[in-house]
Amino acid sequence: MSDLTNLTLESALTGMASGDFSSEEITRAHIDACMEAADLNAFITTTFEQAMDMAKASDARRAKGEVGKLEGAPLGVKDLFCTEGVKTTAASQILGDFKPPYESTVSANMKADGMVMLGKLNLDEFAMGSSNETSSYGNVVNPWKNGEELVPGGSSGGSAAAVAADICLGATATDTGGSIRQPASFTGTVGIKPTYGRCSRWGIVAFASSLDQAGPIAKTVKDSAILLDSMAGYDPKDSTSLNVDNGDWVNSCGKSIKGLRIGIPKEYTVDGMPTEIQSLWDQGIEWMKDAGAEIVPVSLPHTKYALPAYYIVAPAEASSNLARYDGMRYGARVDGENLNDTYERTRAAGFGPEVQRRIMIGTYVLSAGYYDAYYLRAQKVRTRISEDFKNAWENCDALLTPTCPSAPFAIGRKLNDPITMYLNDIFTVTANLAGLPGISVPAALDQDGLPLGLQIIGKALDEDTVFAAAGALEKAANFTAKPKKWWV
Amino acid sequence: MSAPENGVNAETVRKIARLSRLHVAEGRLVPLADELNGILGWIEQLNEVDVDGVEPMTSAVDVSAPLRADQITDGGKRDAVLANAPKSDSGFYVVPRSVE
Repeated sequence: MSDLTNLTLESALTGMASGDFSSEEITRAHIDACMEAADLNAFITTTFEQAMDMAKASDARRAKGEVGKLEGAPLGVKDLFCTEGVKTTAASQILGDFKPPYESTVSANMKADGMVMLGKLNLDEFAMGSSNETSSYGNVVNPWKNGEELVPGGSSGGSAAAVAADICLGATATDTGGSIRQPASFTGTVGIKPTYGRCSRWGIVAFASSLDQAGPIAKTVKDSAILLDSMAGYDPKDSTSLNVDNGDWVNSCGKSIKGLRIGIPKEYTVDGMPTEIQSLWDQGIEWMKDAGAEIVPVSLPHTKYALPAYYIVAPAEASSNLARYDGMRYGARVDGENLNDTYERTRAAGFGPEVQRRIMIGTYVLSAGYYDAYYLRAQKVRTRISEDFKNAWENCDALLTPTCPSAPFAIGRKLNDPITMYLNDIFTVTANLAGLPGISVPAALDQDGLPLGLQIIGKALDEDTVFAAAGALEKAANFTAKPKKWWV
Repeated sequence: MSAPENGVNAETVRKIARLSRLHVAEGRLVPLADELNGILGWIEQLNEVDVDGVEPMTSAVDVSAPLRADQITDGGKRDAVLANAPKSDSGFYVVPRSVE
């Protein structure tokens, strides 16, 4: 039998449907691949025994004619999604050995659709980071290498690395400022953040509630549509969940984009951006033209203010969300001289430096006398950014931009310079602030042989157009490169 | 980088740390003030944006807050809730004394 780990999710589902192999067989192949790839440190917790049980149960269901959207597919789950009875860490020490007594809505949807869960994937601590280096379970190594070891991006670095390395058919991820799309770009995978409210946030460890949104990382655009179709849907347990139907996403992937108006925002050219990324963007424009799209120059004048606004809004919401970790009801506790001292020592020991930095920034910008100057102003700037997009939609249907201002960088290079690290998200964060869908599609290798992605941003709830444009981009780019399996 | 208009000093960091319930060692106050000022200085460019008459964004997609019937939908799971407690006894959380 050919190597079952090289398959896409789509072909794996077809292969199981036509009886070419069972879920048990493809799950076993992925478990073996996961074990060989331990050096990537993509997993925090593996659940191989449960996975084999889930695979057998899936094969039994299939024998009875019960076939879900993800039936029998071995997938990974970012360790930010609570999974019943399976340790959930958010890559932080503060959660100790927390085993949720409940299941996140997104992972519950996927299990109901037949997912086989291989384990919980590594990430930046509380999803705060762009390189997976803030994880208290160690950094993830990018399967793509350039002599030295590179970061896989973040915060969904484990998800992206696992999919790129063919050790999971696909994975869940979350995106607060770029945490799905930037690692997808860094690893030659596809990642989509849907419209805010598509995926329930219930049971996902909260970072910045008005920005957090779940989505998949996958091998192809169509695989990402298959996964999102399972993950998304209305959930009364999340008051921001949208009560709207999923689109016809899987079929949209192959749709013609003839006559589609693709906007090119002039502000997405930044100082110091490698010329290769500019040329790839130009190439992308040509590809869209060749596919019949009309190219429209647009302006999003408040783009440069998106990151500073994000670094007020996100830490402010994080400081509030992370107040719950007090060592009393769950997680680790460090005893102090009195109650307050216990809180302070528990939190100082449990949170890493980046998380502490963001909690303090957030506490400061929300504190008496500064709320108007920082938080309120940032929320108004956010309105301006949202208006920019609304104006652009007068003249176009979707936008084409680079996903990131750089290719993957070496481990340790940006860790001590927070602002340089934050700049990774310059092209992705605007979609979070405005709540819009965005997808990263692998488009080319740079001169060092490292993957680069292009991003499509769409109108709210218009994932159908996003998938159509991404499908056209994927077809034109014909990105077939794979990292060399140096870890085997 | 010049000190931001609303910059912090060691004393402010002590206060923020206290509000954040984070223990910060005395020797870390000044370095942390420097780190935070680096970020706050960068954030100050937002002052260039004209936000007169702009409503703050509160939600990414326009929706009204949903309401549900005021009924108990879950509960009776004491043991499941306590299963993750660092310390518990006889169906209660055990926490440090909070009133002397």
